[in-house]
Amino acid sequence: MEDFSSGFWGIYIAAIVVISLAGLLYLLRSQSVVKLPKGQKADVTGHKWDDDLEEYNNPLPRWWMWLFYLTIFFAIGYLVLYPGLVVWKGSNNWTAAGQFKQERDKKDAEIKPLYDKFMQQDVVAVSKSTEAREIGQRLFMTYCIQCHGSDAHGAKGFPNLTDDDWLYGGSPEKIVETISNGRGGQMPAFGAQFGEEGVKDVANHVLKIAGKKFDAERATRGEANFKTVCAACHGPDGKGNQAIGAPNLTDKTWLYGGSETTIIETITNGRKNYMPAWKEFLGDAKVHLLAGYVYGLSHQEGEAAKAK
Amino acid sequence: MSKNEFKGIPIKVVPPASEPAEVEMEQVALYETHKKIYPRWVTGRFNNWRIFFVIATQLFFYGVAWLQWNDRQMLLFDLVNRKFFVFGFVFLPQDFIYLTSLLLISALGLFVWTSVGGRLWCGYACPQTVYTEIFLWMEKWIEGDRPARIKLDKAPMSAHKFRLKATKHLLWILFSIWTGFTFVGYFTPIRDLLAAVPTLSFGPWETFWVLFYGFATYGNAGWMREQVCKYMCPYARFQSAMFDADTLIISYDAERGDPRGSRRSGTDHKAEGLGDCIDCTICVQVCPVGIDIRDGLQYECIGCAACIDACDGVMDKVGYPRGLIRYTTEKALSHGYPEKDFVKHIARPRVIGYGLILLTVTSIMAASLYMRVPLKVNVMRDRNALVRETDEGLLENSYRLNIQNADEKQHRYVIRVGGLPDVKIEGDTRREIVVGPAEAEVASVRVQVEPQHATRGSKKIWFEVQAVDAPSISVKEKAAFIGR
Repeated sequence: MEDFSSGFWGIYIAAIVVISLAGLLYLLRSQSVVKLPKGQKADVTGHKWDDDLEEYNNPLPRWWMWLFYLTIFFAIGYLVLYPGLVVWKGSNNWTAAGQFKQERDKKDAEIKPLYDKFMQQDVVAVSKSTEAREIGQRLFMTYCIQCHGSDAHGAKGFPNLTDDDWLYGGSPEKIVETISNGRGGQMPAFGAQFGEEGVKDVANHVLKIAGKKFDAERATRGEANFKTVCAACHGPDGKGNQAIGAPNLTDKTWLYGGSETTIIETITNGRKNYMPAWKEFLGDAKVHLLAGYVYGLSHQEGEAAKAK
Repeated sequence: MSKNEFKGIPIKVVPPASEPAEVEMEQVALYETHKKIYPRWVTGRFNNWRIFFVIATQLFFYGVAWLQWNDRQMLLFDLVNRKFFVFGFVFLPQDFIYLTSLLLISALGLFVWTSVGGRLWCGYACPQTVYTEIFLWMEKWIEGDRPARIKLDKAPMSAHKFRLKATKHLLWILFSIWTGFTFVGYFTPIRDLLAAVPTLSFGPWETFWVLFYGFATYGNAGWMREQVCKYMCPYARFQSAMFDADTLIISYDAERGDPRGSRRSGTDHKAEGLGDCIDCTICVQVCPVGIDIRDGLQYECIGCAACIDACDGVMDKVGYPRGLIRYTTEKALSHGYPEKDFVKHIARPRVIGYGLILLTVTSIMAASLYMRVPLKVNVMRDRNALVRETDEGLLENSYRLNIQNADEKQHRYVIRVGGLPDVKIEGDTRREIVVGPAEAEVASVRVQVEPQHATRGSKKIWFEVQAVDAPSISVKEKAAFIGR
């Protein structure tokens, strides 16, 4: 009820409800009988048009009237039990949030033994259990596909999780850490520092170490800047640094794209990326199962590989 | 100026001759008190028709639930797994249109024969009539016919009365529970349900519905009866919109019957100025809705023809020709045409119109069922995902294909893609998806295109899913490929 700035509205609603109920009760009582001269029947309603067109009174059965009373008594019972009047919280203290919590707690208790079983196994073992992988997949389909895609192949700016190429490391512990605490990756913009030509030169050096087609003259010129500036994160040979999430530039995997245009765009404007932390929201068990599923995506063997 | 002068005109005050007598007022209830109806037992040809329909519909209802087809229940609406088995078909929620057409066909069918034959449905085949009839049979068996029942109800409670009433209600309740059980048996396999009876291990919803449907049967057929037709049924009321002067109605022939009156046998009643109606009121006593058909066509009349059978019996006894109360039409009754010409008046615009619509809907549904492919494919593109670029520089979108096998055999399916030049499915395109009988599988598919073929915006592509072992089972679904 925090949305209501004043207590007046509770009284307002309660008054409308109570007056309406009383009004309905009065209406029902007053319309159940009519006073007529003795011997006269209530076979017409008294409404008359065009001199002789009369409305017949086709009475409802008496049991139908009791149904009307029943609805009123139901309303009163409901208002006593439930918080319909705002000013009265209801004698059984029901709230939507309370019911949700109750249902969730019940479900949690039901699932707990299953989760406990998997919590006792390590991530690698979880990744090999069909049951755990099915649970993990459903969790992935709910919480992860918005960025990483239903097939976990990622998208521009969102890593592919199936290729065993990792920004922050692909060991089970690292995957759990990433899902639990999230990650924030940032590359500064070098457009101003290198200048337009300078950026192109560095880009060509990156193409060279990545094993792509490059302009030899520019690559040589760009090498100096790379060795002094870029190497701080990506390393002198461009192999990256998983401790800070700096990508390996010598492989075929690109987070934003490996064309010359895209690399120039990346160096000029920098990149900023963010993965939210899930530990609070999902809890350890779900994170554990998700880690197993993600680990399994790039470590498929035996049954899992065949199923794929 | 005196009070009795007004602008100089003298006014003479005349006292009223006498005060109007005090009118005695009384309270009149505006709701109708329910009067119990005791329909008298009736025999005759129309009643035989009703017996036939009661037995036919109930044999179907109580019997079909037990029949098997392809090792499963022939008619089963599996709500939990969202599969609906109807004879040889497996319907999925996507087939809801067939339920709509079935309801349309039923409604239009009712329109057609109501405009031709009046309330035939109400009088012979409606569940309300059918169950009331069955309950009346039980009632008559235990308590006796109308006079005995009236007498029993008037009598003070006694051991005898209590025994009869208890037996009747027990019988009704047992029958109702069986009805509720059968009803639930169309949603939960009835054999499983039967197996759960000894231990009473029904699920909460099954228990609820057995009791609820049973209660509805008991209440409606045992207690509410004609009240359902009079106050609750919408169809009863809007049928009058389908009636016209050529529609079959049950009517008393006032011209022949009036003036009514009792007579001694052997006298010439015509000479005494009497009509053929001996005013025995049997037609009123047999009426399940408690009306007097001799007052003319009334909205309460469900067209059960009990009064025809009753009157024909009486006419036979007194030696008059049958048909004082009979099926006729408003026009025939007013000598518009001879009654046997009723058939010639069936083909009228209203009936032809209803009939044509009915024929159209029925043919479309039949054709659609005949051509139905037992396979459903839903293409789900990853929500809010844009294009991705592969290491080879191809543009890629990912999709999930929900393949639902609506056949009762296992099938192997291949997925093809088309709609853009050189568009292909990543990996092994001949990969087969195996889907079990009436099961569903989700296939994750990545579609790749050369960048020049998927420029700015969304491109139309299609997926084709085909059963390898039955090539005629094939479905093509449209999808969108988001380019760069």
